[in-house]
Amino acid sequence: MKQQRLDLITSFITFLRRLGQFGIMRVESIGRSGVFLLLAIFGRSGFGSRYQLLLQQLYSIGVLSLVIISVSGLFIGMVLGLQGYNILVTYGSEEAVGQMVALTLLRELGPVVTALLYAGRAGSALTAEIGLMKATEQLSSMEMIGVDPLKRIVAPRFWAGFISMPLLAAIFSVIGIYGGAMVSVDWLGIYEGSFWSNMQQSVNFADDVCNGVIKSLVFGFVVTWIAVFQGYDTLPTSEGISRATTRTVVYSSLAVLGLDFILTAVMFGEL
Amino acid sequence: MAFASDNVVEINGLTFRRSGRAIYDNVTIHIPRGKVTAIMGPSGTGKTTLLRLIGAQLRPDAGDIIVDGHSIPSLGRSDLFKVRRKMGMLFQSGALFTDLSVYENVAFPLRVHTQLPEAMIRDVVLMKLHAVGLRGARDLMPSELSGGMARRVALARAIALDPMMIMYDEPFVGQDPIAMGVLVQLIRLLNDALNLTSIVVSHDVHEAASIADYIYVVGDASVLGHGTPGELMNSTDDRIRQFMKGLPDGPVPYHYPAQDYRQDLLMGELL
Repeated sequence: MKQQRLDLITSFITFLRRLGQFGIMRVESIGRSGVFLLLAIFGRSGFGSRYQLLLQQLYSIGVLSLVIISVSGLFIGMVLGLQGYNILVTYGSEEAVGQMVALTLLRELGPVVTALLYAGRAGSALTAEIGLMKATEQLSSMEMIGVDPLKRIVAPRFWAGFISMPLLAAIFSVIGIYGGAMVSVDWLGIYEGSFWSNMQQSVNFADDVCNGVIKSLVFGFVVTWIAVFQGYDTLPTSEGISRATTRTVVYSSLAVLGLDFILTAVMFGEL
Repeated sequence: MAFASDNVVEINGLTFRRSGRAIYDNVTIHIPRGKVTAIMGPSGTGKTTLLRLIGAQLRPDAGDIIVDGHSIPSLGRSDLFKVRRKMGMLFQSGALFTDLSVYENVAFPLRVHTQLPEAMIRDVVLMKLHAVGLRGARDLMPSELSGGMARRVALARAIALDPMMIMYDEPFVGQDPIAMGVLVQLIRLLNDALNLTSIVVSHDVHEAASIADYIYVVGDASVLGHGTPGELMNSTDDRIRQFMKGLPDGPVPYHYPAQDYRQDLLMGELL
């Protein structure tokens, strides 16, 4: 009986120790990622002299994400138009579909879905690219040439992600609105004038458009930060890169959804 | 002080631990200026780690590493990058930038650290590539090169800024006899022609001994012995003899530590 109690206490202490170790590792990782970000973006010769590298990254992160963002925006807008019509027609207010589609996209789906797609398409690619550069000693050789990889590799990618996200989210929302219009006006026959004028009346630039842009800036910052840090901090093995890529998508998705709730509560929740 | 100026690198009382295990314990190594010094020892003894400590990609737990009068562990980030420009390093994999051609790889250090006009960069790149016999391969991409060629391009890149010393990390691993012969000759020729100091980390006894002026044999977290190749070949120390002659058994046992062989086999009958 005494032995059983002793075993129970020992396993409880072991559990506490592991919990503590896990906590310390997490905090240490967050601290490391913070220092990493500061060194990358606020260090000397970071942003200004690297515009060409930035342009290259804007192309690979932003322009190459356009197809998935445009197609997804179109389909989500079409689904919104269809569902909105089906619900609103029962109340005889199907003309409000335009308002519903626009507000849903500008406030929520535009920034959130774009960020999720961005994490899957560009975030994972960033992690894998930087991770592979680490595994093949390209980052180390850059350091030994006297070039800081945080400035040369990480900073342009970070800024490109931060700049691309709001632009991609804006394109997503615009295409989504046209998708909604296509279904509800061209297919289901809602009067075009009321579709667009309802939207114009209800959408407020400061409340809806600007808040959507702020959201996408925050998501762009967080997702790109997670992606570049996971790549830089990965174990330089194939398994390490695979895990880091997975972590990027999982952490980014959870961070986007969690932050979206907080931002929505602050922006629209009268908090 | 005269002694200090004769050595490009002075490692004094170096202690370095990884995951609680001592890789180096109070080790002192001096690398003489203008010579080829080989760091040799069995695989897994931390030879590459030593190069990373000299290049400050790792920080020692105790002791000092002085490179050309600079105490490396106490340098700030930007000073460190300046000192690294005086060092060249040839990584085991070559570590060429995979998105740049052979020409651009060699031009990379010149573009980031100098303001030379394009015509002069071209001349320097072609001279460096000519020195390693690969002027004709300037337009190839790294993926189109053999392992030996990739290492020679990396060597051309490492000498692009005319460093005062070059560190070679296992340059002979995985090379066919011709490529190995070319590399052996190149290391010696470049060292003498450019008045460099070379540190060659290797476990290939014959190749390293054929070009080295001085050899350190490391193992068991310490320096097992040092001297000229001739002195070490005739050493009476069992550990050095075993390594230099390639004997399968000796102080470094053939068998990984395990329980008694007979008992281990008999355990099977109890299953």
